[in-house]
Amino acid sequence: MNQTATMTANPVAERIGQFAASFHPIKVLKNLLVPFIAMMVFLLLWSAGASQVQTSLGVFPGPAKVWEQSLSLWQEHQAERVKEAAFYERLQKRVDKAIAAGKPQEKIDRIKSRKYTGKETFIDQIFTSLITVATGFLVASLIAIPLGIIIGMNQTLYSAFNPIIQLLKPVSPLAWLPLVTMVVSAVYVSNDPMFSKSFLTSAITVTLCCLWPTILNTAVGVAGVDKDLINVSRVLRLGWLTKTVKIVLPSSIPMMFTGLRLSLGIGWMVLIAAEMLAQNPGLGKFVWDEFQNGSSNSLARIMVAVIAIGFIGFLLDRAMLTLQKIFSWDKNAILR
Amino acid sequence: MNQYLEISHVGITFPTDNGPLTVLDGVDLKLAQGEFVSLIGHSGCGKSTVLNIVAGLLNATEGGVVLEGKEVDEPGPDRAVVFQHHSLMPWLSVYDNVRLAVDQVFKKNKTKQERHEWTLHNLELVHMTHALDRKPDEISGGMKQRVGIARALAMEPKVLLMDEPFGALDSLTRTHMQDSLMEIQANLNNTVIMITHDVDEAVLLSDRIVMMTNGPNARVGEILDIDLPRPRERLALAENPTYNHYRAEVVRFLHERHLQKEQRDSHDENNEGSLSSPETAEPDEQVKGAKPATSVRLAS
Repeated sequence: MNQTATMTANPVAERIGQFAASFHPIKVLKNLLVPFIAMMVFLLLWSAGASQVQTSLGVFPGPAKVWEQSLSLWQEHQAERVKEAAFYERLQKRVDKAIAAGKPQEKIDRIKSRKYTGKETFIDQIFTSLITVATGFLVASLIAIPLGIIIGMNQTLYSAFNPIIQLLKPVSPLAWLPLVTMVVSAVYVSNDPMFSKSFLTSAITVTLCCLWPTILNTAVGVAGVDKDLINVSRVLRLGWLTKTVKIVLPSSIPMMFTGLRLSLGIGWMVLIAAEMLAQNPGLGKFVWDEFQNGSSNSLARIMVAVIAIGFIGFLLDRAMLTLQKIFSWDKNAILR
Repeated sequence: MNQYLEISHVGITFPTDNGPLTVLDGVDLKLAQGEFVSLIGHSGCGKSTVLNIVAGLLNATEGGVVLEGKEVDEPGPDRAVVFQHHSLMPWLSVYDNVRLAVDQVFKKNKTKQERHEWTLHNLELVHMTHALDRKPDEISGGMKQRVGIARALAMEPKVLLMDEPFGALDSLTRTHMQDSLMEIQANLNNTVIMITHDVDEAVLLSDRIVMMTNGPNARVGEILDIDLPRPRERLALAENPTYNHYRAEVVRFLHERHLQKEQRDSHDENNEGSLSSPETAEPDEQVKGAKPATSVRLAS
């Protein structure tokens, strides 16, 4: 059994070794310096190029202008928070006063129930967008994974569903949106709505667009279980449920995650378009409002949103990648 | 000889684009309990098909397989299979791979503790208890095959079916594995059918070697009784004239078949439109051991 000798005795020591190796000066140079230089070149080209472009709203914003506006957006957010805190402080004082004056409970509750109705800041809009995309993506995943498993296990169902999926997959969110808007307005009628209609419209549009990659990839993963493993389950006479849980599902997890990652990426792109048209108070609406606003700062503020959208999309993808690395048994797969 | 497993006039025909293809035609073979039989023959002669029919993974179109007086018509743990490519679940540890089989086969008649001990016992047999928590990706090819064998043994099969179990291993690991298998076989006295391409492996391990004719329409060509005392020692046998005689017999059979096949292939080419199934279409790979020089080195 001398094969064991080739294996490192202590996996922890091995990890630490790899970690330490990543600080090797040449590696640091490669991993940090090269991307840094590339970023600098990009910013220079952007700056030089932008100054050449004249629009009706002034010169196209360069990096400096965008940086200035991102600071200003942050300050606006801070200022809004201060105002909000001040509002609730005043409200509390009124409540205290009312209690001291022995006003009836009913009236105190009415005062308490007042909410701050200030303008949504850029940061608030980011969170609205994140919640909307998460809702749409979760709903899509809850539908797509079981459906993908069923379709993948049955060739007949696959042949039945495949043309429908292929037909709906390339449909743009902008085509779905009017339909979704009308259906939501017609169906979701309530005096005390839990969600705003714009939120529902955006989330449902996201769902419709990010169902397909997860369904297809899950189905392909399920259908592609190693034939030898299926034979093992036949020899063991595993029941349908045991076979699905112990063999089919784990073996299709890598493909499932590939589908989920694609879906989330599409969902985030779709969301911005959906929010623009549905007027859901997220990043899409921010971009639209700035565009309509047309002040001299608008273009720079839209650029801030563009960068934020890109950065958040990147973080979402990294998050899915991390999840995939945790849940996937296929540690040798190169994930990037 | 008591008939434990009987393969009786088994034939199988697959539909292909060029019409039906009869891969096996009247394969007859009887095995006694505790017997170790090797199937040897050229690529595409349907050795694996025979094994899969005994396993119940394929259904014979003609004839059938009877095990202990009962006809075999579906797969089951009484006919455990060791596949060529280990076929371990890559997401389960070594222990869990064997435990999955143990839990399934003994869920009614063993307690949890007994199943745990039985899993360990079988991994002990193949000397794999030092790597219980390793995943298949983290162990070598030989170790994976050991775990595959442990999983098959853990099912307490009436017949152990091995489809070129060591075919994918390097020759040094293969000799280790053959010795391990002989040791296990000496202790447990399993009934085994093993497919192999390796002449030395066949002679060293088997009680009988079944040589199959070339496909299509493959059948049992010759059966060679290996009358060598056990335990067998590969070093001592390398000089043994009886052993070398058996080797020569098998090589001669394969060589003759190889010539026939070449003749037929060239004949087919002239007649165009030769029948070819996915199995027979594969290139006529050189049978291991057919070249004496390499196999002598292997045996020493």
